[in-house]
Amino acid sequence: MDEIIEGNFQIIGGNFANAGEASMQMKAKLMELGVDEATIRRAAIATFEAEMNVIIYAAAGRLHYYITPHNITIKIEDMGPGIEDIEQAMQEGYSTAPDWVREMGWGAGMGLPNMKKNSDEFKIDSVVGEGTTVEMIINFS
Amino acid sequence: MTLKDIADILEAEVIADSEDLNIPIKNACSADMMSAVLYYHTPDSLLITGLTQPHVIRTAEIAGIKSIVFVLDKKPGAEIIELAKQKKIPLLCTRFCMYTASGKLYEAGLPGCLFK
Amino acid sequence: MKLSNVVDNLSLEVKTGKGNLQNNVTGVYISDLLSDVMGNSKEGNIWITLQTHLNIVAVAGLKNLSGIIIVGNRQLQEDVLQKAEAEKITVMSTPLPAFEIAGKLYQLLNQ
Repeated sequence: MDEIIEGNFQIIGGNFANAGEASMQMKAKLMELGVDEATIRRAAIATFEAEMNVIIYAAAGRLHYYITPHNITIKIEDMGPGIEDIEQAMQEGYSTAPDWVREMGWGAGMGLPNMKKNSDEFKIDSVVGEGTTVEMIINFS
Repeated sequence: MTLKDIADILEAEVIADSEDLNIPIKNACSADMMSAVLYYHTPDSLLITGLTQPHVIRTAEIAGIKSIVFVLDKKPGAEIIELAKQKKIPLLCTRFCMYTASGKLYEAGLPGCLFK
Repeated sequence: MKLSNVVDNLSLEVKTGKGNLQNNVTGVYISDLLSDVMGNSKEGNIWITLQTHLNIVAVAGLKNLSGIIIVGNRQLQEDVLQKAEAEKITVMSTPLPAFEIAGKLYQLLNQ
C-alpha cells in the first residue's frame, strides 16, 4: 500500500438507529487494505465510541480518516455542547448522559477512556457551546 | 468449551442460528453497558446481557464477540435477529438471570475476560 | 448468608454503610439498567453493577437491597458516597468484572 487513503462520513446526532455505520465503513476499508486484526479492532472501538459521543450529545458531526502505510489518523469533530472540564470527562465512570441514554446501554462514562486506551496518540479539544474535536492516531503493527 | 456446551448449561434456546454451534468460546463478559463490552473485549468471547437493542449486535461485531446470550428469556426483535444473522453472530436466550447464567458458566470453568 | 461473610470471602472493599453488614443476603441481581433492577430485583438482594451515578442509591433504597457491589474498581464521586452513607446503603467495591464476581458469589452462596 503506497498511497494515502482518506474517507469522510457525516454523523447525525440522535440517530441511534444507524449508530456505528461510519465506524463500520472505516473498519471495512482497513480490512480491505489487509491491516492486522488487532489494529482494526482498536481503531474500530475508538472510532465507534467517538461516533456514539456525537450521536448522544451533538447535533451533528463528521468522521474523517486518513490512512498511510504506517498508521491511521481518525478525526471526529462535532457541533455539540462542548466539554467544560476535559480532565473530568476523561475520568472512567464520569458521565453527563441523561437517564434515557443509560437505559439504552450508553453513558457509562467509559467512552473517552476507551478511545484513549485504544489509540497510540490521542488529542481532544473542545469549546463550550461550539463543539468537540477528537483526533486519534493508531499505528499499524 | 463450545457454544453448544454453553447452550446446554444454560438450557438456552438458539434464536439466531449460525452454521456451527461447535465454535470455541474462551471467555465470557456479563454487561448491559456497551462501553463495558468494548472495554473488556477479548477474541472468542461470549456476551451475557439483558439489553435487547440493535447496537448490542453492532457493538459485539466491533468488539469481536463470537456470540450473545440474552438472559431472563428476553428476546430481541426480528430486525435485531436478522442483523445478527447477517453478521453471523449466533444468539441464544436463557431463562436464567445474569447472575445464575454467569455463575453456572463460571462453575463450569469458563473464565472471564481479561481486562486492563 | 450474612453480608459480612460475603465481604470477607470475596475481599470486597466496603465504602459506605458499614453498619449493615449483619444483613441477610437473599440473592443476587446483576444489571446496569436501572429500570431492570427496579422491575426484577428482590428485597435483600446484592446488586452488582458498574453504574456509579447518584440514582443507584435511590434504587437500592427503594428496593431494600442488601447492598451494591461496584465492579472494575470504578470510582464513586464524593456526592454519591455521601448520599449512600446518609441513606444507610452499603456500597462495596471489587476490581473484578461482573462475570467473575458473579461466579465467585454463585459458588459461595450455593455451598
